[in-house]
Amino acid sequence: MDKQLYTVIIYSENLAGVLNQVTAEFTRRQMNIETLNVSSSSIDGVHRYTLSLWSDEQTINKVVKRLEKKIDVLRASYYTEDEIFVQEVALYKISTPKLLENRQISKIIRHNHARVIEINSTYTVVELTGMTEGILKLYKEFVAEQCVLQFVKSGHIAVTRDVVEHLTEQLFDEDARRRR
Amino acid sequence: MKEIITGAEALMRSLMNEGVDTIFGYPGGSIMPVFDAMYDHRDDFRQVVVRHEQGAAHAAQGYARSSGKVGVCIVTSGPGATNTLTGISDAILDSTPIVVIAGQVASSVLGTDAFQEIDLVGVTQPISKWSYQIRRAEDIAWAVARAFYIARSGRPGPVVLDFTKNAQTSQVAFEPEIVDNIRSYVPYPKPDMNAVREAAELISRARRPFALIGQGVELGEAHEELKAFLEKGNIPAARTLLGLSALPSDYPLNVGMLGMHGNFGCNANTNQCDVLIAIGMRFSDRVTGNLNTYAKQAKVIHLDIDRAEIDKNVKADIPVIGDCKETLPLITELMSKGEHSEWIASFADYDAIENEKVTNKALNPGCGPLKMGEVARKVSEATEHSAVLVTDVGQNQMMSCRYFKYTKPHSLLTSGGLGTMGYGLPAAIGATIAVPERTVCVFMGDGGMQMNIQELGTIMEQKAPVKMILLNNNYLGNVRQWQELFFNHRYSCTPMLNPDYNMIAAAYGIPSRLVVDRADLDAAIKEMLETPGAFLLHVAVEEEDNVMPMVPPGASICDMIFE
Repeated sequence: MDKQLYTVIIYSENLAGVLNQVTAEFTRRQMNIETLNVSSSSIDGVHRYTLSLWSDEQTINKVVKRLEKKIDVLRASYYTEDEIFVQEVALYKISTPKLLENRQISKIIRHNHARVIEINSTYTVVELTGMTEGILKLYKEFVAEQCVLQFVKSGHIAVTRDVVEHLTEQLFDEDARRRR
Repeated sequence: MKEIITGAEALMRSLMNEGVDTIFGYPGGSIMPVFDAMYDHRDDFRQVVVRHEQGAAHAAQGYARSSGKVGVCIVTSGPGATNTLTGISDAILDSTPIVVIAGQVASSVLGTDAFQEIDLVGVTQPISKWSYQIRRAEDIAWAVARAFYIARSGRPGPVVLDFTKNAQTSQVAFEPEIVDNIRSYVPYPKPDMNAVREAAELISRARRPFALIGQGVELGEAHEELKAFLEKGNIPAARTLLGLSALPSDYPLNVGMLGMHGNFGCNANTNQCDVLIAIGMRFSDRVTGNLNTYAKQAKVIHLDIDRAEIDKNVKADIPVIGDCKETLPLITELMSKGEHSEWIASFADYDAIENEKVTNKALNPGCGPLKMGEVARKVSEATEHSAVLVTDVGQNQMMSCRYFKYTKPHSLLTSGGLGTMGYGLPAAIGATIAVPERTVCVFMGDGGMQMNIQELGTIMEQKAPVKMILLNNNYLGNVRQWQELFFNHRYSCTPMLNPDYNMIAAAYGIPSRLVVDRADLDAAIKEMLETPGAFLLHVAVEEEDNVMPMVPPGASICDMIFE
């Protein structure tokens, strides 16, 4: 079956060990997680996981159902690239002496709409938010100028194109049910 | 005013609050404060000391499966805890509600490779429904209440509590808690009425509907709802291994057992029906055989409480997610009465073939060595088909499941998903404690009996009236059968050099009898059942008998072999 890049979004209670349970479900099938981001969500006490990985529809469907079955997982869903807005953030630590002596480097920063967030006498930190392709393009351009000291990029973070926020509604319904 | 007590005592109060009456356990360093507290609660709990922690887990399973209540075992950290892993795995695959409470080193030394420290939560997360470490006495009431709620609700399963020593010994202002809701957990999904309507319409239109009954019916206590459904639709029903006692064996619409060693008609007609209605079953590979040829002609309606079972192995045309005790009556009400006598009669043609080729020979061999099948049927008859059947794993399991008859729900305890040799003996102990009013018969082979043979000590100490039937063929019979059929008769490591089992029984003070001749069998069974307490009926059976019919591995379910 054809594989494509899926983004899996999971909401869970903020308890120790949930990440382990999430990754174990992929490990069990020897599925490689491409990117992973875990952070707090807009709901107090609820964590949000954003994973991206290559899979076929049938497999990802089964895995996500098993993820949602975990006691402390509130909701798990999967999306193809056209169903979500995805962004990544990258930080590039480059050499300040090279930046000063090579005018090409500052041109590259401007052309890519990157932002300088720190400058000192030894290094400069540049930040770029965007899609993977743009982030890697900037990295290659810096590398060509031999100025890169460090490079890091985040995993996918994504918001869905849905009009309805299902989890918020689910929790709201649950609250209403409990109050009754 | 909350009472100030130790964490260990708080555990006792919490267990009492959950209605626990029996603890299967084994003491050790990190759980000693709990066992010390248990000393003050000898009247509140029956405390069953097993001889190996694996036995505790299986005994808790046997207790749970036979009674529907949550089984509890308490063990120490490290090896005590790891010895329960097989039971926990068995319980997750067979949806058995147990709570395993294990000691853990003090939280101050967690992660230091302290004596008998293992990362139990890490180890058990993939094999349990929920696994949690209690590090503070303040969390005990909440964690225990949550553990029992999770274990017993929805699709049941094993829960692990990893209980650090400092949480056991520190003082806490205790107040029992009740958990009946977890916002991230939906144990009983609300039925989708559209799916219910579609299912009812499809069943009403069906010409050859076929119901597959799994353990979900037993777990959901939906026996009467199932019968009402089958009777209104006049729908033949076959049961999975774990669903065998969900319908009485002689129920008119029951057509037999599914699967690798199930009945020919059930398997063959799976590929003839036009609507397949799966109820609380999970399309295990042992039921479906080769999926590429499985029921391709049929529309599939799948009733299950667990959403993750839908489309897992067999694609459902109409999934009906929910508790079958709730969804079955909804469908029954909306569907029209059915008439399928011709279709139902078609099962009998296959039965005739199976009877001639297999069953008659298994039950009435006439001469030659004793056969496993006839022993199972005779024990069933002698108990008026009302005993709880416990099995070990292998030929003894398939033969006893095939030839036992069931008249009451919750009458079969067997390790279906994990296929755990050594399950039978301790599970039977659990059953005698959970349902003391019933006769408990465990069938074992000479291989499986030795895997937890130390539990004879528990039987002795507890005076557990386990009726043990050892079907001894001096082989690991099921593997030998596969070697004969698929590995060119190369009996690698399957012959068993056996001890004198009757002497072993005698050493534990358990009466026993060895039967070699057919003429002695009836009297020996009678003696077993009439002797108070435990009894070992050691039967020398045909050494190279095979369980038939059989769907060979990888084959289509309609291609059963008979010899």
